[in-house]
Amino acid sequence: MEKIRAAILGSGNIGTDLMYKLKRSPFLIPAVMAGIIPDSEGLARAKADGLATTAEGIDGLLTLSDRFDIVFEATTAKAHKEHAPKLKDAKKIAIDLTPAAVGPYVIPLVNLEEHVGEPNVNLVSCGGQATVPLVSALREVSPVEYSEIVATVSSKSAGPGTRQNIDEFTETTARSLERIGGAKRGKAIIVLNPAEPPILMRNTIYSIVEDVDPEKIRKSIEEMVKRIKQYVPGYELRAKPLIEELLDGNRKLKKVTLFVEVAGAGDYLPKYAGNLDVMTSAAVRVGEEIGRRLVAGTWNKTRPMEAP
Amino acid sequence: MSEKIFIHILDSTLRDGSHALSHQLTSEQVSDVAQGLDEAGVEMIEVSHGDGLGGASITYGFSREAERELLKAASAVIKKGKLAVLLLPGIGTKDDLKMAADLGAKVAQIATHVTEADIAEQHIALAKRMGMEVIGMLMLAHMGSPEKIAEQGKVMESCGADVVQVTDSAGALMPATVVDRVRALRDVIKVGVGFHGHNNLSLAVANSVAAIEQGARWIDSCTCGLGAGSGNTQTEVLVAVLDKMGYATGIDLWKIMDVAEGIVRPIMPKPVRIGKASLTMGYAGVYSSFLLHADKAAQQFGVDARDILVEIGKRKAVGGQEDMIVEVAMDLAEQRKRQVSA
Repeated sequence: MEKIRAAILGSGNIGTDLMYKLKRSPFLIPAVMAGIIPDSEGLARAKADGLATTAEGIDGLLTLSDRFDIVFEATTAKAHKEHAPKLKDAKKIAIDLTPAAVGPYVIPLVNLEEHVGEPNVNLVSCGGQATVPLVSALREVSPVEYSEIVATVSSKSAGPGTRQNIDEFTETTARSLERIGGAKRGKAIIVLNPAEPPILMRNTIYSIVEDVDPEKIRKSIEEMVKRIKQYVPGYELRAKPLIEELLDGNRKLKKVTLFVEVAGAGDYLPKYAGNLDVMTSAAVRVGEEIGRRLVAGTWNKTRPMEAP
Repeated sequence: MSEKIFIHILDSTLRDGSHALSHQLTSEQVSDVAQGLDEAGVEMIEVSHGDGLGGASITYGFSREAERELLKAASAVIKKGKLAVLLLPGIGTKDDLKMAADLGAKVAQIATHVTEADIAEQHIALAKRMGMEVIGMLMLAHMGSPEKIAEQGKVMESCGADVVQVTDSAGALMPATVVDRVRALRDVIKVGVGFHGHNNLSLAVANSVAAIEQGARWIDSCTCGLGAGSGNTQTEVLVAVLDKMGYATGIDLWKIMDVAEGIVRPIMPKPVRIGKASLTMGYAGVYSSFLLHADKAAQQFGVDARDILVEIGKRKAVGGQEDMIVEVAMDLAEQRKRQVSA
């Protein structure tokens, strides 16, 4: 089967982890890695694995533009804002793992279909990737009045980008619970935990739904967890869904609490960094869907790319 | 005769006390308490959800009234003192801080776990730009060594904090471990040093005095001790002790006693005391605001709140991880069921 060639922009931990995931993909092949530090470990590993490499960043990457079709952006939000128009001019589809949000937010199992044909898509946040699919699974069985998530990640896995702009996480994640998950109102909280050995990523998801059959809720959640596990194998419910009765005046509601733990696959990032793994896994899943459609000729058809 | 040393008191009855009232404060109560504190001469009067601005949630409990209304009520009656707010980056956001500043808040306490000071950079900078005085809080200070506290205090100082505070959120420190931490901080930062105590080991006032003797000049307290866990350093007691020791606080002892007895005590659902669960928090080093959540989960799942708290301590939970309490209670209930059937 024809494979779509992927470039990785950024040779840090995320870029390197992406490379190993892409190597396993039935639809994609890692072809190029671009960084800005010539002696970085990521570039050395990429070279050893047979990828074309450049230490000239975006400009170096664009000189290799006959070697790849799509680009995974694994640098910083600031850098991606500069890269995005250049990639668009070069007609390369960008899958953006930074918080730049140049393109629409996508969550693989939930809303990718709505954004077919987009030249640039954004992966939201680790909290969004880890929780929105379950909120959308609830939304399938009932309107969701409110969803709130608490994401706890190990201090070691929270890089300077997250630390210097922690509001970006809470705000982006809360909006994704609403706009993509379908909750009428969303709230997100993030806690960094410095325990050693580092903890796995934990997410508690509280939702208020209508008074529907608990069995239906459980089934919808179970189904979704199975589907998430297909691309994030370390995704687990730590406990059975807790479903409680709730009374709002005379209105009977249900409060659903879900406890999720995410272990990473340990491709390059450490296992505890489930919060980073859920991002690289979701990015690859999005890339595969784009790749499958590019091969089938259904990516640009449904919604043509805007003229440059 | 030498000038008396001045100790800056921040009364957190309407913030840390919010935990003890499960965040059910009304704007009328806020107005009464804030006015009383202001008239008694309290320099800083803090009003926020217990978990800081934006804390209203399923995880921490919803507020009865919107924070905006409570801040407005306090702002309207504070004449001599300054309105203070708390913000925990990761829970509240810069927008919450702007809202509070617009409503007249002059002091911002920005709190992070003792090892995570750098997540407060933007919030401290914003508060400074808005002309607020900033107290950086290093929470669960017992979990950080004196060296760690010194290192993280420098981070907060470099972000622009006017004061860095040793925050004993678990009420687990003792005078000697307070002294180590305050001294380590004082030796490396040029800005002020503060202390925030909880009374889980009945040491809140003693620890505050130990901190002051090492150079801390900013102390948090709550009238009637009304706060999370076994409560906080009791404002009126602290004022009496400091007066006897020759420190100045600007607070009138008789008036603050009257506020305690006449205004705060009547709104307390039950007396703040050292009970077996809150003592366990000080003993095991658990975040004090977990108390009522642990009590509730203990009841719902038929387990002992102390077992929940000890297990939470083992799992190294930090402030904000209230979501772990129900999960731990469910695990304990499950374990017990297995033991019974085995």
